[in-house]
Amino acid sequence: MILFILCFILFMVGLYGVMTRKNLIKIIIGVAVMEYSVNLFFILVGYVDGATVPILTKGFEKGPFVDPLPQAMILTAIVIGLATTALLLSIAIRLYRKYGTFDIRKINSLKG
Amino acid sequence: MNSLIPLFIVVPLGSAFIMAILGRFIKDFGKYLINLGLLFLVGLTVKLILNSQETLIYKVGGFANAGDIPIAIYMVVDGFTKILLLIISVVGFLVALYSISYTKQYTAERKFYILYSLMLAGMYGVVVSGDIFNIYVFLEIASIASYALVAFGIQKQQLEASFKYQILGGVASMLILMGIGFIYWSTGTLNLADIATQLTADTIIMKFIAVLMIVGFGLKAAIFPFHAWLPDAHSSAPSPISAMLSGVLIKAIGIYVIFRIFFNMFALSYEISMVITVLGTLSMIIGGLLAIGQWDMKRLLAYSSISQMGYVFLGVGIGMLVLAQKGNPAVAAFSILGGLFHLLNHAMFKGLLFLGAGAVEYRTETRDMKQLGGLSEVMPVTAGTSMAASLAISGIPPFNGFFSKLIIIIAAVQAGYVTLALLAVVVSIITIGYFMKMQKYTFFNNDGSFWKNKKIKEVPFTMAFAMILMAALCLGMSLLAIPTIRDIVLTPAVDALMETVQYSKTVIGI
Amino acid sequence: MKGMGIIVVKVSQIIAPVIFLFGLYVIVHGHLSPGGGFAGGVIMASAFILQILANGAILPKLRHEEHGLEFLESAAILGFLILAGLGLIISGSFVFFANFINRGVVGQLISAGFIPIENIIVGMEVCAAIATIFIALVVFKDEVSE
Repeated sequence: MILFILCFILFMVGLYGVMTRKNLIKIIIGVAVMEYSVNLFFILVGYVDGATVPILTKGFEKGPFVDPLPQAMILTAIVIGLATTALLLSIAIRLYRKYGTFDIRKINSLKG
Repeated sequence: MNSLIPLFIVVPLGSAFIMAILGRFIKDFGKYLINLGLLFLVGLTVKLILNSQETLIYKVGGFANAGDIPIAIYMVVDGFTKILLLIISVVGFLVALYSISYTKQYTAERKFYILYSLMLAGMYGVVVSGDIFNIYVFLEIASIASYALVAFGIQKQQLEASFKYQILGGVASMLILMGIGFIYWSTGTLNLADIATQLTADTIIMKFIAVLMIVGFGLKAAIFPFHAWLPDAHSSAPSPISAMLSGVLIKAIGIYVIFRIFFNMFALSYEISMVITVLGTLSMIIGGLLAIGQWDMKRLLAYSSISQMGYVFLGVGIGMLVLAQKGNPAVAAFSILGGLFHLLNHAMFKGLLFLGAGAVEYRTETRDMKQLGGLSEVMPVTAGTSMAASLAISGIPPFNGFFSKLIIIIAAVQAGYVTLALLAVVVSIITIGYFMKMQKYTFFNNDGSFWKNKKIKEVPFTMAFAMILMAALCLGMSLLAIPTIRDIVLTPAVDALMETVQYSKTVIGI
Repeated sequence: MKGMGIIVVKVSQIIAPVIFLFGLYVIVHGHLSPGGGFAGGVIMASAFILQILANGAILPKLRHEEHGLEFLESAAILGFLILAGLGLIISGSFVFFANFINRGVVGQLISAGFIPIENIIVGMEVCAAIATIFIALVVFKDEVSE
């Protein structure tokens, strides 16, 4: 149970980073931290104490396996996270070219 | 019939990558391919709606159920899905038709159509999927494509709006993913129908999941406290994309999933229905009030989207409240009907309004209403269609918006929520106010000699044609209020929502 | 972007082919052991990235590479879709993603029907995508500093 709570705290750390930081790159890092905490949560959900990898090999045909479905889901989520992070970084680079700064307080051509 | 369902995903996804390869060698290949593909999908949707009333189910991979447990990935098309399919196909096709001329101003036209197809594939995937994790995956495909499309102009404003949109969208995705994790933890399955059979206890974890889902999908749907990204993103995007984002995307990946989850997956509860109704009312009022003060044309339309989505939430939320309190099912059905009818109508007229704003921006290169005025002299088609859409959205009788708002208001009175009905009427008057302001400052207000001197003409044929078709649809869709026609399109959708957790019996047969 | 010193260049020249080969191994054994298309593709892409980082590259050449990789990526996804569609036609039961090839014996390299083919396609796709993202970011950065 303590692991789940730690996982949730990590999520909150990421959310805190997104909300309070003023630097574009640090905001992106905050989003990434949130993503890792969710990935960790999924792996914990599928974890079975003392079980082996769910692959049929000689000597391991039976016996407790960890749940493979969360791992498959997390692989997909990682790919999605990769795409999001790459897009965020490329937008941040473009913004840096337009404004010459990563400071979000100075990037304010939109209002209302 | 069933084996046609995957085509909704395969056609846009396949055409995206075909145009990525062939579009480099053949000029304008992408724009015609996506138009043909969408025309085909419009036909397919109409065929699905007319041919069968029952729920269509398709199992990807063809795995049979192991006892009571569904193994294959399900694709489910029921009445509610068909409405969304209709919106995506029709608005998507008309916007693609409009884009043929509009995108000539961009250097990377090919990439525009690739991203557009990917966004469509994501939206189709969300609505046909019967599996919550697949909904998440397709939602992300649609979202990532839309992030890139918002930033397509790579000017200061577009980039900033896209960054804001991505950060809030990313937070929303993480909340949704966490909710899915909790669902899998407590039920051990991902199939929506199977989850519905497992989730019976009203425990603290269920409430936590419900909160995560409402915040996550609420951010995607931009309902009231989560609306901050919408005005920036929807006003900065290229106009056809604004029409798609406001008209279709927030409905397909936000509202559709919220209703699907809270009607068919969770058992109906009074608290959730109350939250949905209150959020709907608040976004209806606040979106309307914020829209009055805007001088940027597309920004006004974006705030108006928040307000109109509030109507949809209000209508369906009242239906939920009545159902959760074991009230009269006929009243609940009528209220939900109003909400869904408004959903369908909003896609049409908001799409048309954004296309009209795009036409104005295309010719005059500004969308500041203080600088515009008198355009009805030089751009009669744009002015006429935009006027039709404004009348429709404000609820003037022969147009479709009148009927849906009327149904919502009557249902609210019947259900005993007179205050909400009054608020809906007041916001409707506010809506007329800000649309009159938009019409006056954009199309009238002076004799247009300034624009005549600058040799401003009407927009090219395909753009004008798409707008005229949409205006005709705005008028024609008021026919849906007639009972016999309503039974073909809207009633199956209402039935699909009204059957609540019976959904799992229809889908997996347990 | 500029390259690095002679030691880094030489070592990366020795290591990169080994990394590439390991990526291929992971992809081909995807249906038998942990790994598969995605992991193998990332490993293969890291060999490319190592070479670019060590040797440096000029912008026009990078843009050219990016186009080629984009082509490969789209072709791989189309291949995946066609394979899924073939299942629809060949299996005769209108099932998307039907495994229509003989499945063989569990544990052998050539087994599990079309899953190894799918793994290879996914590997191509992931390798091309990751290399494209990396090159795109490098191109962006170089354009900024110009």
